[in-house]
Amino acid sequence: MIDKKKLEEIKNKKEEWEVNQRQKVVSKFPERKKEFKTSSGIEIKEIYTPYDISDIDYLEKIGFPGEYPYTRGVQPTMYRGKFWTMRQYAGFGTAEESNKRFKYLLSQGQTGLSVAFDLPTQIGYDSDHPMAEGEVGKVGVAIDSLYDMEILFDGIPLDKVSTSMTINAPAAILLAMYIAVAEKQGVSPDKLNGTIQNDILKEYVARGTYIFPTGPSMRLITNIFEYCSKYVPKWNTISISGYHIREAGATAVQEIAFTLANGIAYVEAAIKAGLDVDEFAPRLSFFFNAHNDLFEEVAKFRAARRMWAKIMKERFNAKDPRSMMMRFHTQTAGSALTAQQPDNNIIRVTIQALAAVLGGTQSLHTNSRDEALALPTEDSVRIALRTQQIIAYESGVCETPDPLAGSYYVEKLTDEIEKRAFEYIKKIDELGGAARAIDLGYIQKEIQESAYRYQKEIESGERVIVGLNKFQIEEEPPKGLLKVNPAVEELQKQKIAKVKEMRNNASVKKTLEALKKAAEGDDNLMPWILDAVREYATLGEITDVLRSIFGEYQQQIIL
Amino acid sequence: MERPIRVLVAKPGLDGHDRGAKVIARALRDAGMEVIYTGLRQTPEQIVEAAIQEDVDVVALSILSGAHNTLFPKITKLLKERGADDILVIGGGVIPEEDIPFLKENGIAEIFTPGTPTSAAIEYIKQHVNRAV
Repeated sequence: MIDKKKLEEIKNKKEEWEVNQRQKVVSKFPERKKEFKTSSGIEIKEIYTPYDISDIDYLEKIGFPGEYPYTRGVQPTMYRGKFWTMRQYAGFGTAEESNKRFKYLLSQGQTGLSVAFDLPTQIGYDSDHPMAEGEVGKVGVAIDSLYDMEILFDGIPLDKVSTSMTINAPAAILLAMYIAVAEKQGVSPDKLNGTIQNDILKEYVARGTYIFPTGPSMRLITNIFEYCSKYVPKWNTISISGYHIREAGATAVQEIAFTLANGIAYVEAAIKAGLDVDEFAPRLSFFFNAHNDLFEEVAKFRAARRMWAKIMKERFNAKDPRSMMMRFHTQTAGSALTAQQPDNNIIRVTIQALAAVLGGTQSLHTNSRDEALALPTEDSVRIALRTQQIIAYESGVCETPDPLAGSYYVEKLTDEIEKRAFEYIKKIDELGGAARAIDLGYIQKEIQESAYRYQKEIESGERVIVGLNKFQIEEEPPKGLLKVNPAVEELQKQKIAKVKEMRNNASVKKTLEALKKAAEGDDNLMPWILDAVREYATLGEITDVLRSIFGEYQQQIIL
Repeated sequence: MERPIRVLVAKPGLDGHDRGAKVIARALRDAGMEVIYTGLRQTPEQIVEAAIQEDVDVVALSILSGAHNTLFPKITKLLKERGADDILVIGGGVIPEEDIPFLKENGIAEIFTPGTPTSAAIEYIKQHVNRAV
């Protein structure tokens, strides 16, 4: 945006500065490191000037918030209008205990719910299944049937809150339970707001809670897209997640590259199933990680928005602007927390949360200081929530959209991340798309390489983690960690027995048989699942029906 | 020449977080050991079976789901029943300090908590492995 003559002048002046100023200092006082790099390995220069971004066309690549390519944010006013949704992921033990934590969080000013389910629920086992032993209620709430779901949302009006559910392989079943609870509250499905994660591809590479093979999993996902576009129009039908890919060790560039590649696979699957892109694409949402490297993270969020807009417009010919807007949730990096001097994690989370806000997130979960040790206590969760509130109300960073735009460094970095991520997507396209690249183990291998490199950097001392490999102290073991009540497993077993006694078992059998028949054919499975859920068929019973038709995914072991 | 130390890296329970398991597997391999990784969601029975079949010297368990107090002792008990309690069993993951004495009483030789360098695990194995001569 600067004229050519001025640019030449800046370039010449910079060269003079390099010789007359910088070199002189460096010759006497060498810099801290031989080379400076972001966590993705992007080289960081000695200084950035207008010359570095002279090839970036403002109107084409940066533009205005709420307008294509959405680099500066998806709403015209961003946080001048309203803050992001402060949404702490919570859930443990029984539905009763989690219901209490939800009500506490809402009373503390939290604006949306986010449900953590225990692992048996996420993998489609009832609490009385042998594989569930020792796991019931541990990392989230145990849900076996509609009965538990009714307790979980007791006293919480579902037309007033938005609820995010971290559920993937059995997402259709939990969504059906949520719809059924709403029906009982007298709330019709078109009033429901929320998100299901429903992103199976990243489960195969990073998170591990898969059940069915790729094909039937993609069918369930497109069934949900189609069903919700008709009956639950305000629901976010998927949260395409880079979070866990990053936690598994990916770099910032890999995080968005692999996430967008998965996004492309879902869009392709839905189009192939006969859906119109603008019918379902506005309800696609994303979920990213916020790590410590502040500027790289901000640039990452900006690059991801610009890339998705371009992909939707140019690759999939979307016409509705909402199809091109990347809306995303962010969570701070669990893997960046240390078990050593855990209070330091509050500061890490602050930096990460700041990155998410400067990057224009739509909702945010801030991790608690004690999460490298156990599930967080109520006190720790409150500090984490307060961190968001201080950024929102006190820091001043929310007063104008995308305040780092125009920073020579941040714009250059945004551009570089975009370039590198598109290279990965090109490579994945050449391999035959994300699902194929996962089957080949390509994505897993790339992530593992980065994870191992990161660990070696820490062990060599090249990467400093305060309190871990530098500035260590002798510490007492932490006290007062959250303990999940060990009686949960027994309580859940009793509840299942009670439900099975009280429900109409003939109707359950009938709905499960109907579901089986539907699964054998090509029907949309959502209405059949909803029928079974309403009759109090358990999560395990419904999943078993689907397992019997779809089979189970066999993990690729790649070392 | 001495046979390299053989290690089974195993993930009991349902959690899918295997970044740590894979990093430790690579580090042990780089340290000259032979490493077998079981993959996710292994039952205690499957882990013990693999340990015996593969004739390993060490079983390294990784868990982040909180089910360690249930699953770890089950594995050491089964190893004992199969006469394989000479195998060194170690564990790692998000395991609270206060659970460690119980796990050690139940035959887990050492627990490595978050932040442990891989070199510490390597050293520990080298010093404590029971090698059949």
